[in-house]
Amino acid sequence: MTVLFGIFLLTLLVITAVAIVRTRNLFVAVMLLGIFSLLIAINFFVLDAADVALTEAAVGAGISTVLFLGALALTTERERLGTQYRWLSLIIVTSATLVVLYATFDKPRFGDPEAPVHQHVAPWYLEKTPEYIDVPNVVTAVLASFRGYDTLGEVFVVFTAGIGVMFLLSAHGSGAGRREQEASGIGLREHLIPRVVGRLLVPFILLFGLYVQFHGDFGPGGGFQAGALIAAAFILYALIEGEDRTLAALPQSGLNALMVCGALLYGGVGLAGIVLGSNFLDYSVLAADPVAGQHLGIILIEAGVGMTVTGVLLSIFHAFAARDRA
Amino acid sequence: MMDFVLHLASWILLTAGGAFVLIGGIGALRMPNLYTRMHAASVTDSMGAVLVLLGVMLQAGLTLATIKLGAILLFLLITSPTASYALASAALLAGIKPDAGRAADKTPGS
Repeated sequence: MTVLFGIFLLTLLVITAVAIVRTRNLFVAVMLLGIFSLLIAINFFVLDAADVALTEAAVGAGISTVLFLGALALTTERERLGTQYRWLSLIIVTSATLVVLYATFDKPRFGDPEAPVHQHVAPWYLEKTPEYIDVPNVVTAVLASFRGYDTLGEVFVVFTAGIGVMFLLSAHGSGAGRREQEASGIGLREHLIPRVVGRLLVPFILLFGLYVQFHGDFGPGGGFQAGALIAAAFILYALIEGEDRTLAALPQSGLNALMVCGALLYGGVGLAGIVLGSNFLDYSVLAADPVAGQHLGIILIEAGVGMTVTGVLLSIFHAFAARDRA
Repeated sequence: MMDFVLHLASWILLTAGGAFVLIGGIGALRMPNLYTRMHAASVTDSMGAVLVLLGVMLQAGLTLATIKLGAILLFLLITSPTASYALASAALLAGIKPDAGRAADKTPGS
């Protein structure tokens, strides 16, 4: 049954991908990309990867779509025709596809317990997590503690990406004057029903974001997903109440502080490990009991991740929205 | 006996929900213009989703999962009509005239 469902989802995925490539209307392509992300999120969920599914649904289908729409508002809706390298790209894509197809023959069968991925470090993680870290969600233990370096790198990649987008988008246009302009009547501001419902939903989305943030040790969730959810709540508020009121509630300086403090918190927890006489990102020394130290460290670095992701996503959104009106 | 009744009721609800989703899908494909298509697709949001969720709730019994499903149901009942409203009013703002007949959409530009 699972295999059947997987085949069905993957077929839909291929159809959506072909549709994305075929369409010339970029607006349609963005909507299809959202559907693509939702489909792949369901796929992850079928494969029992709930954490990845949550991230994909929140970031891929939610925030990315909004950011793409923001980018589309700055450009045109139609894809420009006529690239002269069509045959070259066809040859490259075909040969790459053949190589990938050839490589799949050497892959282990789906769900094979003898597959290398199940023989490498995964059994050790599964065996040692209750002893060393004692959190029910092994994914969080691996992500935040065993492979803390990788996640630190990811947070700094997100941080760098945020800085890059802000530099690129705030390079042009007047800085001070553009906030003065009144937004035009088109949009959701004039519509009572979306405003009422949206204002009703924002606190619940924020609450759910905080739940996902702090429940990450016990169930699917963590900083990345929570950051995306909290950013989504603020973006919803910006859509119904306007940019200005959102920036009044959480100003750009606050977002910058969130971005920087999140990354610093993560790095600081790592350094605290060294100061207390152990290795970088070893949380065991943070408390008297090593397991309690691990819990404390995981909660702190997840908070750092959530802060940075929220700050970066909202900064990118505001950068696009401000350009829109400039 | 109680188990059997619960299973039967839940499967009836699930099948009916699936049928409504199917009808909504067919309608969204077959209807001639935007507003009639939205009308057909709203069946998926309302009857389809509600019946499927009720069926799953009966399957889950009195557990935490049922409360979560109830929250999802409430969320859907609030958000999907709002989304439909926002879509329709955006279409109206873009200048698409409501037409219940067989004519396809006419935008002011074309």
